[in-house]
Amino acid sequence: MNRVVITGIGIYSCLGTGLDQVRDSLFKGKSGIVFDEERKIMGFRSPLTGMVEKPVLKGILDRRQRIGLAEQGEYAYLSTLEAIKNAKLDEEIIDRNEFGVLFGNDSSARAVIEATDIIRDKKDTTLVGSGSVFQSMNSTVTMNLATIFKLKGVNFTVSGACASGSHAIGIGYFLIKHGLQKGVICGGAQEINPFSMGNFDALSTFSVRVDEPTRASRPFDKNRDGLVPSGGAATVIIESYESAIERGAPILAEIIGYGFSSNGGHISQPNVEGPVRALEMSLRDAGIPADLIDYVNAHATSTPVGDMYEARALDSVFGGSKPLVSSTKSMTGHECWMAGASEIVYSLLMMQNDFVAPNINLETPDEDSAKLNIATKTVEKNIDTLLSNSFGFGGTNSSLILKKVK
Amino acid sequence: MKNQEIIEKINGFLVEEFEVDADKITPEANLKETLGLDSLDYVDLVVVIESNFGFKVKGEDFVGIVNFQDFYNYILSKVGEKQEAK
Repeated sequence: MNRVVITGIGIYSCLGTGLDQVRDSLFKGKSGIVFDEERKIMGFRSPLTGMVEKPVLKGILDRRQRIGLAEQGEYAYLSTLEAIKNAKLDEEIIDRNEFGVLFGNDSSARAVIEATDIIRDKKDTTLVGSGSVFQSMNSTVTMNLATIFKLKGVNFTVSGACASGSHAIGIGYFLIKHGLQKGVICGGAQEINPFSMGNFDALSTFSVRVDEPTRASRPFDKNRDGLVPSGGAATVIIESYESAIERGAPILAEIIGYGFSSNGGHISQPNVEGPVRALEMSLRDAGIPADLIDYVNAHATSTPVGDMYEARALDSVFGGSKPLVSSTKSMTGHECWMAGASEIVYSLLMMQNDFVAPNINLETPDEDSAKLNIATKTVEKNIDTLLSNSFGFGGTNSSLILKKVK
Repeated sequence: MKNQEIIEKINGFLVEEFEVDADKITPEANLKETLGLDSLDYVDLVVVIESNFGFKVKGEDFVGIVNFQDFYNYILSKVGEKQEAK
């Protein structure tokens, strides 16, 4: 079995377009949530969302490389560029080691809707243009990154709802651990445009605290009224420990555990047992007791039912040791397909900089969250081992454990 | 629209869409090589022609088009047909 380490990370999120900005936002407990006028005009129940700058890639990528990229692919290109740079990777190393790509992505709504509008209007499929099909498929991110960065290893997309990004890292970890790959560019990407969130808005699960956008996402708070959607992209480059040492790569952390499960229940209502099984599996895989976890980056999205079940699951597994817990979704909103990867980046930034980012807007714990040791303010603390949870529709669960390499 | 105006319009959208230097476009220059067209790019050529002149092009229409003059002639004849139809 190979040890699996993280050698590079990159981030493009509503907390900042790059690691330094994001680290500072996390430390300060800064929210990236805004009121989106376009959603109001479109009749959304909630106009709140995380927002990022539109990337300008003309002059960086050629025309053919650009026109296949959907919105979330543009974000993923930039987060991957940053990760490749800080992993000290170049084309020759990527080629020699047959690096692969595994990203979490579970929609490409704008591209699909825009193409459908053209076909309906013009009655001629050619007029959607040549980039449309490459933007529309769920695998849009991985097919484009593999082409742009000339990757020669594993190449597919993981669609596991809001746990997609976490499962992508988990599958990459598994492939490297078992010697099937030396390095994989993992991550998650999430489109922000309103088309991608209209049917989610329909479920009335989004916060309508429209007068206070930055206070709307409040995981674990008794007065929460729903989640806030968000997006961007995060990249986590993982390699075998041997490969990293051999090429003198920076080693940011070791992935020591991956656990997964399915609730076997309702399509949107979670439960306690499913997450507990994923948590326990990740601890077994890591070969460590629960009390060695210093910090838990919770999935908690700010929905009453989801937070409640996760709080009960965390109390069930970690009740004896009470590690610090926070949900960075209090600042970012719910980054959906990207969240499992971005929250590894956020957690790793905390580990590297010795702090636990706050679960902002937690003012009044409820009966279940009161049992957890939730960081409501930034806590300066050494983190040796952390766990990140990600759950999704259909009852998919993923837990990843990272350890500092000393 | 006069023929020269149509040609200028064509050159304008080709420069914009395919990101080539305007001075590389001459009547004798090879269309495919100058614009760097692969099989996918012909789809986008159909799109820009439709959005600029309002008529649809079939893939087989490109068979006889080698240089820019051929392309201009093709567009000019199609624009002419469209005007006659009015």
